[in-house]
Amino acid sequence: MLYFSKFRIILVTLISLLFIYITSSNFVKFDDDFFTKKINLGLDLQGGSYLLLEINNDPVIVQKLQNTTTIIRNFLKKKDISFSDLNISNKSILLTIKKIDQEKIKLIFTDKDSEINPYYPQYKSHQFDLSVEGNKIRLKLSKYGLIEIKTSSQDQALEIVRRRVDEVGTNEPNILKRGNNRILVELPGLDDPMRIKSLLGKTANLTFRFVTQNNNDSFGVEMLQFEDGVNEKMVSKRIIINGENLLDAQPQMNNQTNETVVSFTLDRIGAKRFGKATSTGVGKQLAIVLDGKIVSAPVIRDTIASGNGQISGNFTFQSATDLALLLRSGALPAPLKIIEERTVGPDLGQDSINAGVIALTIGFLLVIIFMFFKYKIFGLIANITLLVNLFFLVGILTLFEATLTLPGIAGIILTVGMAVDANVLIFERIKEESKNERNNIIAFDTGYIKSKTAIIDANITTLIAAIILFFMGSGPVKGFSITLAVGIFTTLFSVYFIARMLTGLYVMRNKEKVDLI
Amino acid sequence: MINFNRFYKLFNLISLILVIISILLLFFKGLNFGIDFKGGTLIELRANDKNITVTSLRDSFKNMNLGDVNIKKFGNKNDFLIKIEKKDTSANAIEIIKKDLTEVIGSSFNFRRVENVGPKVSSELLKSSIIAIALSLAAMLFYIWIRFEWQFSLGAILALFHDVIITLGFFSLFNFEINLSIVAAVLTIVGYSMNDTVVIYDRVRENLRKFSDIKIFELTNISINETLSRTIITSVTTLLALFSIYLFGGEILKGFSFAMIMGVIFGTYSSIYIANPILVKLRVSQKTILKEES
Repeated sequence: MLYFSKFRIILVTLISLLFIYITSSNFVKFDDDFFTKKINLGLDLQGGSYLLLEINNDPVIVQKLQNTTTIIRNFLKKKDISFSDLNISNKSILLTIKKIDQEKIKLIFTDKDSEINPYYPQYKSHQFDLSVEGNKIRLKLSKYGLIEIKTSSQDQALEIVRRRVDEVGTNEPNILKRGNNRILVELPGLDDPMRIKSLLGKTANLTFRFVTQNNNDSFGVEMLQFEDGVNEKMVSKRIIINGENLLDAQPQMNNQTNETVVSFTLDRIGAKRFGKATSTGVGKQLAIVLDGKIVSAPVIRDTIASGNGQISGNFTFQSATDLALLLRSGALPAPLKIIEERTVGPDLGQDSINAGVIALTIGFLLVIIFMFFKYKIFGLIANITLLVNLFFLVGILTLFEATLTLPGIAGIILTVGMAVDANVLIFERIKEESKNERNNIIAFDTGYIKSKTAIIDANITTLIAAIILFFMGSGPVKGFSITLAVGIFTTLFSVYFIARMLTGLYVMRNKEKVDLI
Repeated sequence: MINFNRFYKLFNLISLILVIISILLLFFKGLNFGIDFKGGTLIELRANDKNITVTSLRDSFKNMNLGDVNIKKFGNKNDFLIKIEKKDTSANAIEIIKKDLTEVIGSSFNFRRVENVGPKVSSELLKSSIIAIALSLAAMLFYIWIRFEWQFSLGAILALFHDVIITLGFFSLFNFEINLSIVAAVLTIVGYSMNDTVVIYDRVRENLRKFSDIKIFELTNISINETLSRTIITSVTTLLALFSIYLFGGEILKGFSFAMIMGVIFGTYSSIYIANPILVKLRVSQKTILKEES
């Protein structure tokens, strides 16, 4: 029935006014603090950088296998089980064991509460899968063992990335996990991500080790290059202190040499070890190694017991600042690689907004002019509905603080074009019905009823496309799918509540008019 | 009443030819995939010096040893779009390009947009895009099958294939770039074309219930005519919106809006000349829909 209670009319009007208020709060600054939410602009509109980083977990896995090898060696010795050829090959641990001991080993590694091969109570699968190959036993990281390694290194990396980005001080960075080995960094307003990229590209693994001439160092030795890539020195593998022992690091001007250095403060354990090493090693060279390269290798002149020291190494003030920042924020568990980068400058973003607004205005005007000429008074009703629909759409995006992207604006404009469809379907149906039905009210009622299935089916198909796009799409395209989907709901609401009410009120006053539509 | 039936044969033939040409184009010429799907680097820059041309930029890029570099004008003013196909560029490749370019040409540039997609990400994006389009077609097929009968479902899906393949065929013919936003456009076309088909199908179903004595050949024609003014009006308003995106929405949305315009035109046409003839071919009758409802 085309009857609307006063209550309903007031309610619909109030809702519409509310959304007009919400939408305009994006553009107009109201004095009150009643509503402060705003649509977020995507990086493509406000400018900024999008970086997708992938964690290379291979070193972490190797490290894990090495640690486990040591644990197994000690464990088997304690249990008096003889073994040989314990080594790592092809990302798994291999060891040779006598046939008689194999059952025992199997039992140890597959026990529900195995200490050496955990995870069973949690995942119903062990950390390592065991397989027997002749007299050899192979231990391979299970699916869950790998997942555990990946997620924990992802957690650590996320924390370090966050610290580094925060130290640089960009506004409102967005740092998120993606899958189990990726990290997404969004940096609004940043138009040159070079510095952040170089900071995130470094693992920042710092160690202090002695330079040695002795090939038979009990910890082993390795040849390491200086950062210039030319000189190299033999360095012991024994680590005196590492980055974790650092409490603070700051760039500093050394007044005597007029050189920029990085001064650091060690924690208690670090200070103790450093003190001991410098007291026994006076006259020796101490290599400061960062990510496998020697930064500098000063000669120890005195015992340093205070836990304070300086790293020198041809720094500019900028590079000293960056090194200090890296040391303060700590080392990444594994190297990161930038696998996707998208940067939009702020002026292109503004140009896109301007173009989007112009296209929206012109598209809207064209559609309402066309509708008015086609349907006159009903065109006016459809146009009012369309305008309110736009307020609903933008208002809901504001309520959820959704992110508006350039394709998202395209989605809004497209919604303008497609939203009138429901009204057109209804109007055309009413036209048909009134050919056989003199009573305008009945014609209108049937028009609404009979067009319903077509409208619903037609909108659900678009909704299906939008939902699939939402789940499969990324970044800006996701923004498009959101506006498209929200647009469908606001369209249906405005057509069935606002347009229906307006047409109803008009028809009630013109019950007898012939050729009403 | 317009007798659409008179042109069935002609238009079906035209559609068939267009689809075959499109498939041949897709197979032999292929699509021009952008960096989203092929990997590489894209730079949009604005030169402050008005004398900078595509040729002078191309010359300076030749010396940088970056492999295949594609340079073209982009929109108005002194904007250029540079595509570098070299894969797996090092982390600071972009910084080096920026430096070299300023050194060689001397004029300062405004780097408006820089995108770098690694080979792993691009192949993932391609895969997920293909899945998305396939999934949306399957979802539509399924939805229509539930709401109507399988005959309708088949007709609608063939109309969809027709629209998507011809749109992609045009992209191949004109060598327009396929990027993520084109995939979004294709999915929206799927939604729109379906929308249009469903409205006519809804009327066919209604008329099937009403008239038991009218042949489906006649009935589809009646239904198309009854819904014709709606079909036209909605296409017009949608096209008005799309043309205003195409003309005023900026360079970045050009490809997207072009694909959508093609899709809307073919979607509207296919609802009439593909989706309905299939119902005729499949000999849909009142029995087809009553069987289900009883």
